[in-house]
Amino acid sequence: MKDLAVASGTATRSEALIAPLWAKIIEIAPEAAGVSTYWLEFEDKAVRDRYRFAPGQFNMVYLPGYGEAAISISSHPGRPERIGHTVRFVGNVTRAISRLKRGDVLGLRGPFGVGWPLADHQGRDVVIAAGGIGLAPLRPAIYHILNHRADYGKVTIIYGARTPSDLLFRGEYDAWSEKGMEVLITVDRGDEDWTGQVGVVPILFYRLRLEAERSMLLTCGPEIMMRFVVFEGLARRIPQERIFLSMERNMKCGQGFCGHCQLGPYFICKEGPVFRFDQLAGFFNVENF
Amino acid sequence: MPEIKLYLGSRVAIRKPEFDRLLANLAQAGYQTIGPRVKDAAVVYGPIGGLRDLPQGVTSEQTAGYYRLKPSGNERYFDLTAGPQSWKQYLFPARSELFKLAKENGNWREELLNQATPKYAFIGVRACELSAIEVQDRVFLRDDFSDPIYRQRREQVFILAVDCLHPGGTCFCVSMGSGPAAKQGFDLKLTELDEVFLLEVGTQAGLDAIQDLSVESLAIKWQEDAARCLAEAARSMGRFIPDIKSVPDLLLNNLDHAEWDEVATRCLNCTNCTQVCPTCFCWDVEDATTLDGKTTQRSRVWDSCFNPAFSGLAGGNIRPNTKARYRQWLTHKMSTWVDQFGVLGCVGCGRCITWCPANIDITEEIKAIRVGARE
Repeated sequence: MKDLAVASGTATRSEALIAPLWAKIIEIAPEAAGVSTYWLEFEDKAVRDRYRFAPGQFNMVYLPGYGEAAISISSHPGRPERIGHTVRFVGNVTRAISRLKRGDVLGLRGPFGVGWPLADHQGRDVVIAAGGIGLAPLRPAIYHILNHRADYGKVTIIYGARTPSDLLFRGEYDAWSEKGMEVLITVDRGDEDWTGQVGVVPILFYRLRLEAERSMLLTCGPEIMMRFVVFEGLARRIPQERIFLSMERNMKCGQGFCGHCQLGPYFICKEGPVFRFDQLAGFFNVENF
Repeated sequence: MPEIKLYLGSRVAIRKPEFDRLLANLAQAGYQTIGPRVKDAAVVYGPIGGLRDLPQGVTSEQTAGYYRLKPSGNERYFDLTAGPQSWKQYLFPARSELFKLAKENGNWREELLNQATPKYAFIGVRACELSAIEVQDRVFLRDDFSDPIYRQRREQVFILAVDCLHPGGTCFCVSMGSGPAAKQGFDLKLTELDEVFLLEVGTQAGLDAIQDLSVESLAIKWQEDAARCLAEAARSMGRFIPDIKSVPDLLLNNLDHAEWDEVATRCLNCTNCTQVCPTCFCWDVEDATTLDGKTTQRSRVWDSCFNPAFSGLAGGNIRPNTKARYRQWLTHKMSTWVDQFGVLGCVGCGRCITWCPANIDITEEIKAIRVGARE
């Protein structure tokens, strides 16, 4: 039995459930209105060297005096020495983080949770459906696929945000397309320069030619969006065992102890945040569960 | 009288004054002896030194939203029923300081708190409480990770159990299969009769604690008395949940039952049920920061699924109303706990019934959900 240390990550000390390890902000990259990516490096080189994460995992990010927030890792899993967290400034902790500068430090615990099961699905076509900040936990999966491009079939990214200026990682779409991924973008409301699709994410499914028997679907975004994405996926006969969702809940510990992130039998921090849809099917439509 | 040899599993009797020597031995071995005491018109736990500190001849009358001490009508020390507190507060304290941070040149320097782990002897742990400790062991001492605060306290605790011969008006340990006899998980167990304590040795630590006591062999009459009292106790539960095995599926299959709306009109979200519950384990963390922002003290505190902020997210609250919160509490306790930890999260102690200011009764709620339930 281990103490509350972290599986592959930050801590070996017995108080690791509790105590964060410090990482310096080496760069802050604005991504959209109210969203920036914080590039972090552990101050302790030994920690930096042993830290690994899987696409879809998250860290508990701590700002003393304000608290911790569970934030997914949005950077390349093959470059774990430099951790990217794409943060939307919406809560107490994240708003305080928005006032930090390069060189400031944050506490990290992690990585926690179960990520996207890409390794179990080699050879498949992959549909990635993201909404808003939901592209952040999917970006490491995209990088992983790009890194192992031959292991996967057709890859389609469908992504939507409220307005064009809310779209994340806009500078990367061309590179993803060039490497053989289909990238479809939509916004809820266009602006005068927008010539692309307008509408919610699920409508992009109507532009896909899916081969359901060889496809898997990964989705992250607002729950209401995921509900319709799952519906579109199921309607196109992607089996529920090959539909994966990343769920969000209030979290305090990251290891299934504090009780906050429960969803029925699951602790989202431990059994999730990525779930197979059939795991959630019984609860997904129960209001306020 | 031939000398009695004591061994693990020994069952002997001691005269009541010998109890004080047992407590002295535990104190000698470095334990803080904690047991039931009367304070503010309730039985609570606190330091005890011997029989003189125990609430002799006291029991309580309990029903939904009602608790009053009353004379038990005999001279026994352990005819108490569960009070508002449980042993949880010693193994999983309501507040634990985690660490302190001080900011120096832009960096946070951690000051580890050197807190000695208290070494407790719990005196008078009932079967339902033993089960509750076992339930929390499953929560905090998992195979993959264990909680250091809980583990350090748990590892050195001494448990003196007591068979429960006087269940209360809100008790239903028989329904939950957790009592009234204490069967395992103790160092020593007492069964209290009018003239003697029967004593069963559970562990080496228990054996060590009674080496110099003057013990007697068990008279047949005492064994018969104890068995009769336990059988009587099992029959006098104030509450009952029929067919407990069906409850986990019943609840999950009826998440849209009208009773959830009904109970929400009565529940006050006061969190009493989760505070008095011996198995509820949810916690929050808090930073207390000095006004200059240069030092902060991080603590872990009990939380409750009835607190509105419990399920709060920046984008909205997952469980924004009482209906959703009560349903979470009951389905967790009586259903999904099994998926998570292999046992139900309820031991039948009845505290959540007694201490609910709105008289909400978990056994009645389950009964109500059976009415018109989906299979």
